[in-house]
Amino acid sequence: MSHENEFKSLVWGAVLLVLAACVPLVANGYWMSIALTIAMFTVLATSWSLFSGPTHYISLATAAFFGVGGYLVGTGMSDYNMDFWTMVAIAPVVGAVLAFLIGIATLRLSGVYFVIFTLGLAEMIRTLVSWIQNNFTGSRGLYVLTDLTEADIYIYLVILAAVVYLVGWWVNRSRLGFALRIIGNDETVARHVGINTATSKVILFTFSGFVAALVGALIAPRYTYIEPNGVFSPEISFIVVIMALLGGTGRLWGPIVGVIPFALLQEYINANYSNYSTLVMGIAFLVIVYFLPKGVVGRIEQLLARRGRSTW
Amino acid sequence: MVATVLSVANATKRFGGLVAVNNLSFEVHQNEVMGIIGPNGSGKTTMMNLISGALSVSEGSIGLNGRFISTLTASQINQRGIARTFQLVRVLPGLSVVENCMAGMVFGHRRLWGDQARYEAGKLIERVGLSGKEAVPVGSLTYIDQKRLELARALASSPKLLLLDEWLAGLNPTELQEGIDLIRSLREEGITIILVEHVMDAIRSLCDRCIVMAAGSKIAEGSPGEVLADPEVVKVYIGEDV
Amino acid sequence: MDIIITGLLLGGTYALIAFGLNMQYGVARIMNLANGEFLVLGALAAFWIFVADSISPILTMLIVAPLAFFGNWVIYKALLMPLVRRAKNKGQLEVDSILATFGMSFALVGIMVSIHGEYFTYSYLAEPFEIVGETFALNRIVAFCFAVLIGVALWLWLFFTRPGMAMRAVSVSTEASGLVGINVQKMSALAFALGGAVTTMGGTLISTFITLDASVGVIFTMKALIIIIMGGVGDIRGAIVAALILGLVETTVARLIDPGLTLAAAYAIFVLVLLFRPQGLFGRKPT
Repeated sequence: MSHENEFKSLVWGAVLLVLAACVPLVANGYWMSIALTIAMFTVLATSWSLFSGPTHYISLATAAFFGVGGYLVGTGMSDYNMDFWTMVAIAPVVGAVLAFLIGIATLRLSGVYFVIFTLGLAEMIRTLVSWIQNNFTGSRGLYVLTDLTEADIYIYLVILAAVVYLVGWWVNRSRLGFALRIIGNDETVARHVGINTATSKVILFTFSGFVAALVGALIAPRYTYIEPNGVFSPEISFIVVIMALLGGTGRLWGPIVGVIPFALLQEYINANYSNYSTLVMGIAFLVIVYFLPKGVVGRIEQLLARRGRSTW
Repeated sequence: MVATVLSVANATKRFGGLVAVNNLSFEVHQNEVMGIIGPNGSGKTTMMNLISGALSVSEGSIGLNGRFISTLTASQINQRGIARTFQLVRVLPGLSVVENCMAGMVFGHRRLWGDQARYEAGKLIERVGLSGKEAVPVGSLTYIDQKRLELARALASSPKLLLLDEWLAGLNPTELQEGIDLIRSLREEGITIILVEHVMDAIRSLCDRCIVMAAGSKIAEGSPGEVLADPEVVKVYIGEDV
Repeated sequence: MDIIITGLLLGGTYALIAFGLNMQYGVARIMNLANGEFLVLGALAAFWIFVADSISPILTMLIVAPLAFFGNWVIYKALLMPLVRRAKNKGQLEVDSILATFGMSFALVGIMVSIHGEYFTYSYLAEPFEIVGETFALNRIVAFCFAVLIGVALWLWLFFTRPGMAMRAVSVSTEASGLVGINVQKMSALAFALGGAVTTMGGTLISTFITLDASVGVIFTMKALIIIIMGGVGDIRGAIVAALILGLVETTVARLIDPGLTLAAAYAIFVLVLLFRPQGLFGRKPT
């Protein structure tokens, strides 16, 4: 991108950021709640796509990191009387360490093994945590009681989103981003041009684990009552993947294009046809695979390119 | 005394019960163009894979400029100065022509980036004959242009040793002559090259020396003229009692 | 001793299920994440038919098998072949087929939940049976016996008939098989359909002694995946051995430590395999 274009995108980004921050001023309780959900998924989907986008390694581990974040806050505050912000500081570090360990164990292997591993990860951690709870700590659910309102949490997530976008913007311009794109195109070639593929993948995956755990921690006060079945629900992983792929992982702002409509759709389905939410997710996956493999953004760019106009 | 760039000592590669490369030894000297020829299935590409680090040796060792590389990973070997093209062209479809070329110089021992890398990539693109095609989507390039691009990427790392795996395969006569001329010009710049080929014209006109492989073993070594006249070699290619 | 035999009985039934996925992934190269849902479908069918007409699940199995075969055949032709045609390389096909079968699995779960949302279980042959002085549930033994029967039949087919050999060839190399005149597409479709039928039969068998519900498919998919990766993809001996090991480990953990930890135990095995022998016990080291 030329310097002029870069400046333009930064200005756009700043404008949107300010607009997003103004939402609490105009939104009532119901819409504030939806905005909060959108903010949460925006951060999750964008950080997810920083890793899974260029490398094509579909990570289904989001729920695991998210759950770890939420659970640490819950158990820290409930069982050990820790302060909320202390736990928020600890959670992402634990998430990052977990991601790092998973990364070095599985990212040396092909993408399929990675996907399968992450598929069961949240479920496995959930059963483990449930077992620990049942046998050692006694309680089933944990209380997270703070003074924070939904608007407060929303602002924190918007700030976090801005940070993720900045990191993404920086990575895309850096050697690391270039390396990831090459890895996603052809990993053998990547190795033969001197890229340490394992290191590159692990770094980005660790970052995504860090962010997901941080989101889980920050949003814990919203639920007030943390329960393993809730925070470790594999649905979270699937929804994040759907949103990111629906929007398109080719651009930094692709995922949010998928987050907003799908979050609204989910709201609607849950309110009216809650029995069908799983079916809706299935249909969403199928639509993405067969009709929108590059997401909405990718499809639009394809159509524009065919018309002869240059894309930015 | 000309320096030895690559020394392969008793290299052996087994896949379960199959011995693809059998106790192979040879040396490649500075500025030399060494050809590896042999019938299909003789282990030539496997040998290239062993040198580039795509596969690891079962036995034996490989040394680059005096230091062992047989235990290193492909990316480490690239860092030490070996670059290659692949038998089935591997260009990066999601990247532009310039980026494909840049890929070779960003991560290796050159570590160029940004405007400087783009400039150097531009020069290489010209060098391999792709000028004017920088804006073409990589997937739409013709076969020979994709090969040129892959070569540009390999050259981008200023390799001490360039491995060309059947780079001249699948070209029509005009393209073939262009390709041979291109490789000859690389040789004149002083790059050390190992060439795996089937095209005999290329071998004769480009190679200083060659080795002939059959069923994983070396059956002949010498200048192209000597080797192609060797009755063992003829037998292996054409069959008994011609 | 009791644990060992129960574990082996469980493992034997798992082996059949893994067999199905092995054919789908090993031959057709489709990582079918909806595999577990077909298992549940088989179980659901057995439940309905048993509850409605008291017909033995074994009979249901025979009815369900051709239906599952046909259903999987259609799925392969209609949904998965377009992906095979579209994919430019193996990696992309794997990602696409994972997402597509994921979608299918959700769709199937969604449909099943709206039809029968609760747990389902029924009592079939829940009588004690003595072996070497210890008592076991008869239904587990019967399920095991039939799993072995089906497994042996399949093994005979794979190793002693021409189409079976063709199928084994495709699992080794699709390119080479094509070169020797095997119709890879037809074989892949056949393998996918057969694999689906086998898994569904496994589901019918397993429903005789395990309580299931509509959403539990994913856990079985995970276990089948763990088994075939641990045994080496495409390798039948390996899958059997791995399934028996998994059955043993799960039963041991359930009895001696805690039934809630069976999935964690299976996972732990999986991690160890990935770390130390990713090609599986009998797999070939990737070149």
